[in-house]
Amino acid sequence: MAPAAPRSGDAIFANVERVNAELFTLTYGAIVRQLLTDLEEVEEVNKQLDQMGYNIGIRLIDEFLAKSNVSRCVDFKETAEAIAKVGFKMFLGVTASVTNWDADGTSCSLVLEDNPLVDFVELPDTCQGLYYCNILSGVVRGALEMVSMKTEVTWIRDMLRGDDAYELQVKLLKQVPEEYPYKDDE
Amino acid sequence: MASTACFIIVSRNDIPIYEAEVGSAVKKEDAAQQHQFILHAALDVVQDLAWTTSAMFLKAIDRFNDLVVSVYVTAGHTRLMLLHDSRNEDGIKSFFQEVHELYIKVLLNPLYLPGSRITSSHFDTKVRALARKYL
Repeated sequence: MAPAAPRSGDAIFANVERVNAELFTLTYGAIVRQLLTDLEEVEEVNKQLDQMGYNIGIRLIDEFLAKSNVSRCVDFKETAEAIAKVGFKMFLGVTASVTNWDADGTSCSLVLEDNPLVDFVELPDTCQGLYYCNILSGVVRGALEMVSMKTEVTWIRDMLRGDDAYELQVKLLKQVPEEYPYKDDE
Repeated sequence: MASTACFIIVSRNDIPIYEAEVGSAVKKEDAAQQHQFILHAALDVVQDLAWTTSAMFLKAIDRFNDLVVSVYVTAGHTRLMLLHDSRNEDGIKSFFQEVHELYIKVLLNPLYLPGSRITSSHFDTKVRALARKYL
């Protein structure tokens, strides 16, 4: 029998290389700041962050699968658990909880109590529409797309806007069947 | 708590970035202007004194009638200035140190541009609470 998939990312987190949390937070802050200066529109910044996250996600999934030893997830529920418990722990150092499943199990919420990206951050009046952590939604979307799940990831709650936690809604749009990369006649 | 106190933060480029009247006395418009004037006049003294000592807290550096100006200069040459009529130096020192901490937090906010006005209401509430506690 294959070894059971790890239920938490603690062990992996202990072994990966880490950077100073403040360096990480401030680097991310500098990126967002620069995007705000360059793009001027808050909406554009949200889009750009999401795109950057997507680009990270499609690469990160390989690293995740290589290091975490998770076995194939049988359904979307298991996938969500793996992201929340192993994925977030491995790369962000925090764990999320999975809640708010809808009836047919295609949509759920990842709730983050603690988010290292937002230390020190306070949204000024000029950036009220900004989803500061939009990069995370992009990462999740990109990573899932690489394992043939089309998803839509949106922010439901955001502490920077006065909510009590970070809630990321992950909605499974469709599962793309794995395609054989060659056509028969090639 | 002191009956009169006016607190301002002046950026390194001599621009006031935060102001608060924190005294318990009844607010008078011309008094507020007078306070600003006194603090402004004290800036020259600060400039001379700041380089003569390695301490950040410069204590009482100037006075006007019964009002005293105390100043705290951060490493980045941002000046925290307090105009007060109380004589509680220890309290003022603690006040400055805690406001300094708060100021650093504001400065670490990536969306805050150093040298621009501090508009954070969180910062404002905290500063006023500290003023009630120490002054």
